Amino acid sequence: MNGEARERTGTIVKVAGPLVVAEGMSGARMFDVVKVSDKRLIGEIIELSGDLASIQVYEETGGIGTGEPVYQTGQPLSVELGPGLIESIYDGIQRPLDVIREMVGESITRGIEVPALNREKKWAFEPKAAAGDSVVEGDLLGEVQETTLVIHKILVPPGINGTIERIESGEFTVEETVCVIKNDDGTTHDLSMMQRWPVRKSRPYKEKLAPHIALTTGQRVLDTFFPVGKGGTACVPGPFGSGKTVVQHQLAKWADAEIIVYIGCGERGNEMTDVLLEFPELKDPRSGDPLMRRTVLIANTSNMPVAAREASVYTGITIAEYFRDMGYSVAVMADSTSRWAEAMREISGRLEEMPGEEGYPAYLGAKVAEFYERAGRVTCLGSDSREGAMSVIGAVSPPGGDLSDPVVQATLRVVKVFWSLEDKLAYKRHFPAISWLTSYSLYLENIETYLREEVAEDMPDLRSEAMRLLEEEAELEEIVRLVGIDALSPADRLTLEASRSIREDFLHQNAFHEVDTYTSMEKQYKMLHVILHFYHRAKDALEKGVPITTIETLPIRERIARAKYMAEDAADQIVALEDEIDKAIKDVLAEAA
Amino acid sequence: MLKEYSTITKISGPLILVEEVEGVKYEEIVEVKLPTGEIRRGRVLEVDRDKALVQIFEGTTGIDVTKSKVKFLGKGIELGLSMDMLGRVFDGLGRPIDKGPKIIPERRADINGAPLNPYARDYPNEFIQTGISAIDGLNTLVRGQKLPIFSGSGLPHNRVAAQIARQATVLGKEETFAVVFGAMGITFEEADFFISDFRRTGAIERAVLFINLADDPAVERLATPRMAFTAAEYLAFEKDTHVLVILTDMTNYCEALRQVSAARKEIPGRRGDPGYLYTDLATVYERAGRVMGKKGSITLIPILTMPEDDKTHPIPDLTGYITEGQVILTRPLHRKKVSPPIDVLPSLSRLKDKGIGPEKTREDHADVFNQLFAAYARGKEAQELAVILGEAALSDTDKLYLKFSAVFEERYVSQGEEENRTIEQTLDLGWELLSVFPRAELKRIREEYLDKYLTRFKKEETAAEPEKEAEMVAPT
Ligand SMILES: Nc1ncnc2c1ncn2[C@@H]1O[C@H](COP(=O)(O)OP(=O)(O)OP(=O)(O)O)[C@@H](O)[C@H]1O
Ligand SMILES: [Mg+2]
Repeated sequence: MNGEARERTGTIVKVAGPLVVAEGMSGARMFDVVKVSDKRLIGEIIELSGDLASIQVYEETGGIGTGEPVYQTGQPLSVELGPGLIESIYDGIQRPLDVIREMVGESITRGIEVPALNREKKWAFEPKAAAGDSVVEGDLLGEVQETTLVIHKILVPPGINGTIERIESGEFTVEETVCVIKNDDGTTHDLSMMQRWPVRKSRPYKEKLAPHIALTTGQRVLDTFFPVGKGGTACVPGPFGSGKTVVQHQLAKWADAEIIVYIGCGERGNEMTDVLLEFPELKDPRSGDPLMRRTVLIANTSNMPVAAREASVYTGITIAEYFRDMGYSVAVMADSTSRWAEAMREISGRLEEMPGEEGYPAYLGAKVAEFYERAGRVTCLGSDSREGAMSVIGAVSPPGGDLSDPVVQATLRVVKVFWSLEDKLAYKRHFPAISWLTSYSLYLENIETYLREEVAEDMPDLRSEAMRLLEEEAELEEIVRLVGIDALSPADRLTLEASRSIREDFLHQNAFHEVDTYTSMEKQYKMLHVILHFYHRAKDALEKGVPITTIETLPIRERIARAKYMAEDAADQIVALEDEIDKAIKDVLAEAA
Repeated sequence: MLKEYSTITKISGPLILVEEVEGVKYEEIVEVKLPTGEIRRGRVLEVDRDKALVQIFEGTTGIDVTKSKVKFLGKGIELGLSMDMLGRVFDGLGRPIDKGPKIIPERRADINGAPLNPYARDYPNEFIQTGISAIDGLNTLVRGQKLPIFSGSGLPHNRVAAQIARQATVLGKEETFAVVFGAMGITFEEADFFISDFRRTGAIERAVLFINLADDPAVERLATPRMAFTAAEYLAFEKDTHVLVILTDMTNYCEALRQVSAARKEIPGRRGDPGYLYTDLATVYERAGRVMGKKGSITLIPILTMPEDDKTHPIPDLTGYITEGQVILTRPLHRKKVSPPIDVLPSLSRLKDKGIGPEKTREDHADVFNQLFAAYARGKEAQELAVILGEAALSDTDKLYLKFSAVFEERYVSQGEEENRTIEQTLDLGWELLSVFPRAELKRIREEYLDKYLTRFKKEETAAEPEKEAEMVAPT
């Protein structure tokens, strides 16, 4: 994985689960990678004291004992970045799981060393700069068409500024030199298409900007009610079975990002298989190409070593930053950040650190904040000042669904969007089970202009009105619970009817229905418009003396309910519903008169 | 010759500390020879310089610091594997207890297994017909799924599990399941119920049983589910068998884990449970599944009794976070003699979507279950309202839902232990019950299916509907 320097060795003095302590480790640095025992298990130094090093080991430590050697590599835990990332599936420390399966079969055996990027494969490198050009860090050197969906941009790595001495064109492996740059300080750099970056360090950019465009996801409750901005952060906490993973999968499928990095952190193996089988079949609604062609998967499932789970979120986010630097909009999903936090807790416990709340280390909050801070809309390095964005969406799995959980609390302190999943809604099979009363998005203001310009002038107003109806419904329901439906005025009952329609006909969205799974902003607007149109006309009719029960049983309601199943290209039919509503109301008015 | 140490310096709960040891490996198996000559087995939990902390499976009673001797065997705990295991009964550590002949293993395997590469998994998508409507129709089980039964003490979880084991088939295929049964800390009577049931149906011929009873050593239970999975993996992935693993009671397993953690004075996570409970359970449960290119599969049904019937207790909670759904049994239904007393609303099979539909069950399956759920949920809500305000306060539509939910529990959920319903029967029953609603209420069902199926079950439709509407407009 990393360069070797085997002469330096220490000796194991303690083994406790994923934690190994070695002595004779002078000269080692924090977060350096080591190889543990002659089985060569990969580990990382997480504490140094004198010549004792505490090492978290990324593989099972059964059978490892005192007296065995520890080899230093002198390198921090890093990822390989370059063509070949897209469509890959890696474990928490970027070992390619497909290659591992080919090598050793269905189980992951220990001590396997496989490069993350294929060393044999040749990529067509097309230069975009010429010899003699002076370049700065982040400037474009050339491009590789990695998949039909992704042009992989080869950039001047951070820290290099100078003049191009030589640049190639043609087919190269990731290790071959494609460009030579003479740095301003006189040093020369032979650059290949691959670079390494330590995962615990965020990649540099010029400037951070506030998100101002919505990351549309095709999920109505998210896009219309609680949108996340491109470059923003969101969290999805909820008890088991409430729909966190489905939300994350839906985002990975339908979010209008150019690159998706999906981190399966300590969750089920079958959920990764699901993605692996489904994504190559699903078509990107914009290009029609298989969604897998823009996706990188990190899978460190719950049965895989716990320390590698801790590393997996960093591996994922570093890869995402790398694509952000190319000027792409990248979306990262981490399912579940609670498993990451638990991995920290386990290691911290073995280190016998002072525990904070519920046994979590005292630095939990800092780690969570640091992680989400890596998100953002930025001006990338490079003289063209292009913009890139990385949005981060984390699932949180609080014990018993209890939001006072330390991980939830630490997360809510930093993220800007809260999608609150409620088991009550899930039991009723109201999916996505996102509570419209407790969820929030702090991006509404930032992206309002965008919505008015790109979707519809009155989109934000429709949202406000729908939200107001839903809030009123909650109050009215209290009353109904206490004194019964008969106590409500006809106007109140219409409010209930309208909000029911918003809930059932708009918010409810079946992820497994071929049409309903994705709704464009345009269709979302039309759907909500129709629902509110009915409300307005009905209100009118009510005031003119039509009984509420007539309105509550109008057959047109059923047509409105089915709007969600109308294909994207039949959106005109949704608009046509408004004429039918007018007609239906006219008829009942005539009857009432 | 392996070195023998007589340097036990400390005994605490299920743990012993051995000093002045050399070259001891983590997770290595240990043999302790008591002064009486009895041999106990243990496992290394931690090595720290020349000290080894060892967990004794059979408990530390009778072990002393002066005369007991300790040997480190240089390997992990293993189970000998052979097709001859079928039809046999073992203790919680894999030793035969049925007086049958000695088993000559084909090979021995470490009971911890190696983590399955997620890239090597195949997605479970073959419908298993259990013959129980509340499962088949609403919480469909598929081959390779892990679906626990959350229960409470005194509820008939064992009967439900036995019924599933008895009736489970994959449609169109005549293959039966082999059953691997792991019992942890259950009573003799409970174990005997399963064994007799397996005998009665002949299933015992295709079963492997690992039994750790309530009065057997608690720490031994930590090995039992791993024994069961090691046997199951052998049968499924080496011998092309479809295996159903039943583990009961996972609550006892977790308690044993907690006991060891407490003895080590570890900092507990939530509600006193070890912080690594999730990871530990995951390394057990995640061994279920299907593997690409292999014919066999492992379907897992762990049973656990929720302490105080509390679903948020760490044991059911963490289980739910790992498994692919849960079937919840509930006391109120049990009291109403609903059998099986499955609480439909909070129960869930997450893999159902891939296991149902045309060619698997029937095209209308997904829509019907969505509608049944929605209707039952609304009926339950109406019921709550009716409790506070009286039934008269309900709207006519809500009264309809209220009535529906009662009939649904009586006829759909309840079916008795001996009734084995086909999926067709289950789906048709769903339509029959739904047919009491006006068509406009059945919003979760596609028009085409309403046209095709509803008409078959809707009696006197033309007469019923206008009357209903008139009735609804009249009052106000
Ligand atoms: N939008 C949706 N449409 C239809 N069904 C849904 C939707 N969201 C969730 N579900 C249902 O809920 C089930 C559970 O969802 P999911 O697996 O996402 O839960 P989770 O919150 O990730 O649970 P865990 O914490 O245990 O991983 C799904 O298998 C599916 O049946
Ligand atoms: Mg999940």
